[in-house]
Amino acid sequence: MKLARDTWLVFQRYFGIFIHNPAWVAVGVIQPALYLLLFAPLLKSIADVPGFPHGGAYNVFVPGLLIQLGLFGASGVGFGLISELRFGVIERLRVTPVSRLALLLGRALRDILTLLLQSLILVLVALPFGLSFRPLGILIALGLVALIGLMVTSISYALALWLKDENSFAPIVFTASLPLLLLSGVLLPMSLAPSWLRTISTLNPLSHAVSANREVFLGHLANANVYQGVAIMVVLAALAIWYAARAFSRAIA
Amino acid sequence: MTPAAPEPVVEISELRRVFKSRRGPVEAVAGIDLQVFRGEIFGFLGPNGAGKTTTLRMLATLLPPTSGRALIAGRDLLSEPDQVRWQIGYVGQQGGADMEITGRSELVFEARLYGMGREQARLRSEELIRTLELEPCADRRISTYSGGQRRRLDIAVGLVHQPQLLFLDEPTTGLDPQSRARVWDEVRSLRRAGTTVFLTTHYLEEADALCDRLAIIDHGRIVARGTPDELKREVAGDLVTVGLEGDPETALRLLREQPFVREASAEESSLRLYVERGESAAPEILRLLDREGLGLTTISVSRPSLDDVFLRQTGRSLREQAA
Repeated sequence: MKLARDTWLVFQRYFGIFIHNPAWVAVGVIQPALYLLLFAPLLKSIADVPGFPHGGAYNVFVPGLLIQLGLFGASGVGFGLISELRFGVIERLRVTPVSRLALLLGRALRDILTLLLQSLILVLVALPFGLSFRPLGILIALGLVALIGLMVTSISYALALWLKDENSFAPIVFTASLPLLLLSGVLLPMSLAPSWLRTISTLNPLSHAVSANREVFLGHLANANVYQGVAIMVVLAALAIWYAARAFSRAIA
Repeated sequence: MTPAAPEPVVEISELRRVFKSRRGPVEAVAGIDLQVFRGEIFGFLGPNGAGKTTTLRMLATLLPPTSGRALIAGRDLLSEPDQVRWQIGYVGQQGGADMEITGRSELVFEARLYGMGREQARLRSEELIRTLELEPCADRRISTYSGGQRRRLDIAVGLVHQPQLLFLDEPTTGLDPQSRARVWDEVRSLRRAGTTVFLTTHYLEEADALCDRLAIIDHGRIVARGTPDELKREVAGDLVTVGLEGDPETALRLLREQPFVREASAEESSLRLYVERGESAAPEILRLLDREGLGLTTISVSRPSLDDVFLRQTGRSLREQAA
């Protein structure tokens, strides 16, 4: 009860701060929108190559793009936390009896709401290009984005609390994100990959999220890939939250 | 000022904190014992890096001690940190308000974190805005505040839940003299309202003018403690400087024999006398010199400063270090 109340209070505060600068919603959408406009057309011409999944270029690409949005949109949230550490905000909040888990969840909820808003914008932009989906499918897709968001924001916050410095935080985040993206099959499906690359990519949890999301956009909601992708993300998100909440309760500014 | 039976609000014994560093463990706080009593302004005076902030952060539940014990308002710091948090307010060096929102919304948020309902939080914030005279800026973004306004807001945030003990870490560092005087006024009015204040400072004037009692800390150890007057008297008493018309030798011999004179030395035409209490020694000196017919041109009494205390305890001057 206290956790729910505290989380809500923390969420409201950070959402209030966010609302003062709604440009961030647009900034987050610009990158995936550029992929959609400037990269996805390339896929159209190779959609008939053997090994390319069925369903048309956009129904293959947009589900992956949503996962990418989840990864890139959420990985940078630690920057804000580092500046708050510097201004003593986290220290001040940790002196109050507020639940430590709520300090994490309230912020993460704000980040996820932003991600979902950006995802919806992206889906709407993709509709004229021929993206199709089932209404229930879009809910599952958004759920997957939310889970990835929870996982990645938690890791990003834990990393920020650990490093406390943008100059070491930035290279680690960018260096870690790129292989995760390349090995997830977002840009080109892993079904085109040589077998060794495909094997490595199965170790990347995001590749399972991408496969799950592609099935969802093909209308295959009750599908083993979907169950597997969702299950993996649920477990990883829970682990990440647990780890980051611990970091919040121990954080030394 | 001090009540007959002072009630301790903070009781620390053998509190230690060791940090790991690349060159091995560093003992930031080397086992300190301390009591802070209800209703007093207690100051921690020492140079940067002496262990003031580390101690304060341990007491504010932010940093686990390596060893030792502390009771805060009767609650055990180690086993009941949540209980302790309800009793204390903490204003860190950086403040801790967000730049992007208004002071009022920061106060309301803080009040809600302490369990207040919307209306109660609104009223409490209003009350604090009035008390700390934040009306002109309460509804502006905090990024537009002056240094003094910012500091008063930080204090207001720390007071939202009416804590019995308020920790202030370097409350006036970086403030102009006028803003500093206002913060001092606020701290004094907190004491009037019964709040105990535990602050750190590296300003000698602040420790002297504001604090009822002090501990001087250096390299993680308390090297002296007491009221500012007691500490200064410990050094060598007050200094009385006497200007003389003639040769100072006769006067020196006469005064050196007096029981109240601890040390005496002569310069060209003046005497430097260290006495226990300057204000009672001065008339006595006047009488003695007059009786012997020794003409006197000037007399002045000066107290040793807290810097003299620090100098004696550590061999270094705090004033030079602070500069």
